[in-house]
Amino acid sequence: MLTKRVIPCLDVKDGRVVKGVNFVDLRDAGDPVELASKYDREGADEVVFLDITATSDDRRTTIELASHAAERLRIPYTVGGGFRDVAGCRTMIAAGADKVSINSAAVKDPGIITACADAFGSQAVIVAIDAKQVGNSDKWEVYLAGGRIPTGIDAVTWAEEAARRGAGEILLTSMDRDGTKDGFDIPLTRAVARAVSIPVIASGGVGTLEHFAEGIIEGEADAVLAASVFHFGTYSVRQVKEYMASQGIPVRLDF
Amino acid sequence: MAAPIVVVDYHKGNLLSVVRGLAEVGGEASISDDPEAIRAASGIVLPGVGSFEDAMSYMNESGEADAVRDAVGRGVPFLGICLGLQLLFERGDERTDGKLHGVNDPERWVAGMGILRGSATRLRSGRLKVPHVGWDQVHLTAHGQACPLFRGVPEGANVYFTHSYALDADVEDAVVATRTHYVRSFASSVWSENVYGVQFHPEKSSATGLRILTNYVDIVRGEAK
Repeated sequence: MLTKRVIPCLDVKDGRVVKGVNFVDLRDAGDPVELASKYDREGADEVVFLDITATSDDRRTTIELASHAAERLRIPYTVGGGFRDVAGCRTMIAAGADKVSINSAAVKDPGIITACADAFGSQAVIVAIDAKQVGNSDKWEVYLAGGRIPTGIDAVTWAEEAARRGAGEILLTSMDRDGTKDGFDIPLTRAVARAVSIPVIASGGVGTLEHFAEGIIEGEADAVLAASVFHFGTYSVRQVKEYMASQGIPVRLDF
Repeated sequence: MAAPIVVVDYHKGNLLSVVRGLAEVGGEASISDDPEAIRAASGIVLPGVGSFEDAMSYMNESGEADAVRDAVGRGVPFLGICLGLQLLFERGDERTDGKLHGVNDPERWVAGMGILRGSATRLRSGRLKVPHVGWDQVHLTAHGQACPLFRGVPEGANVYFTHSYALDADVEDAVVATRTHYVRSFASSVWSENVYGVQFHPEKSSATGLRILTNYVDIVRGEAK
């Protein structure tokens, strides 16, 4: 049975991990590749590096990161954040990234999804969607720039369009829940997971072991992504997977 | 010095992770698109990038397909990964434009290398999602238990898949080394003499993947028993 994936996300700024904390078994907790290697050893199924450098056009440090990660990691990894065009994505794939995650660029020009899928295959193209609930309704709106800019676009409709245009996966983040530790936005996750026939990665809000399992069982996500609970050492990847297994969720534990 | 393992380049993507994976287990590998280098290789790895139609069209025009057939015919150990596995077979229905033709449409098929008998076809999604992305189990057949590529790999081991096409039911049971059950049960690895193929990505499959690459390097060195 296809296992459900657990994906640590590393926020990276100028080539360094943001929110990094010291683990006794790491020489340099700020080194994204070293931290990702630790997660690889702990049983992470993939990792995501999210470049949060907001303004810089200088992508050299991120390209170096992708290349360094290719040497060290033996699991798939995604680089996201800051892509503007197909050429930028191509550089990251050429540096060794298995997948690129596109967010704002896809909203501004959805053609980039198809162009990337044609160039690298759908399996290499993740469309990241940041969504906020509209009032108390069962609607969610797509936001850009880390939740600052509303677009007026319905998140479920956008996910369907991204899939139709060739996205291989959807990385869905609830901006209402991100950073709250209150758990995933389950209705949002479920609405998107049911709307598309490609895998959905749930993100935003994990604080407890139960939250991971809820994302899969109630949210119907194919993978769960978290950052701070791993970085702060609240849980190890293995702990999360063992908990998920105890709830009847198929996970990879032979590592 | 022995000729290196050649990772066949058909200019559709990044092959470095395969080369690095082989290097990590002591296999000297180089990337080449030169048919003569392929003919002289001690081992041939055909990785999986791009579409069936694109890859075959490049390999036919460049002479790579003939070079692979020649070398495989002389007993050179061959490892196909993902699309590289599918290209071993007679035909596939993955077109560059992504259009799905009807089951009986003569336009449906693109010819593969035809080294093994059978087809690679689109996984049709129903309740389960396509592409098949993530870690799934390989179930060893009796043939697979005897396969040197899977020496030390336990039944049901998890490996990383990412694909929308897979081998179909017309692949002969005698070559199937592992099966994986998804929207349909498909041959996730094959073995016929010096020809090995895996649908998953050993270079992305952590310790299990490294075990498989180690076994392949041993096969190339003639050390596999």
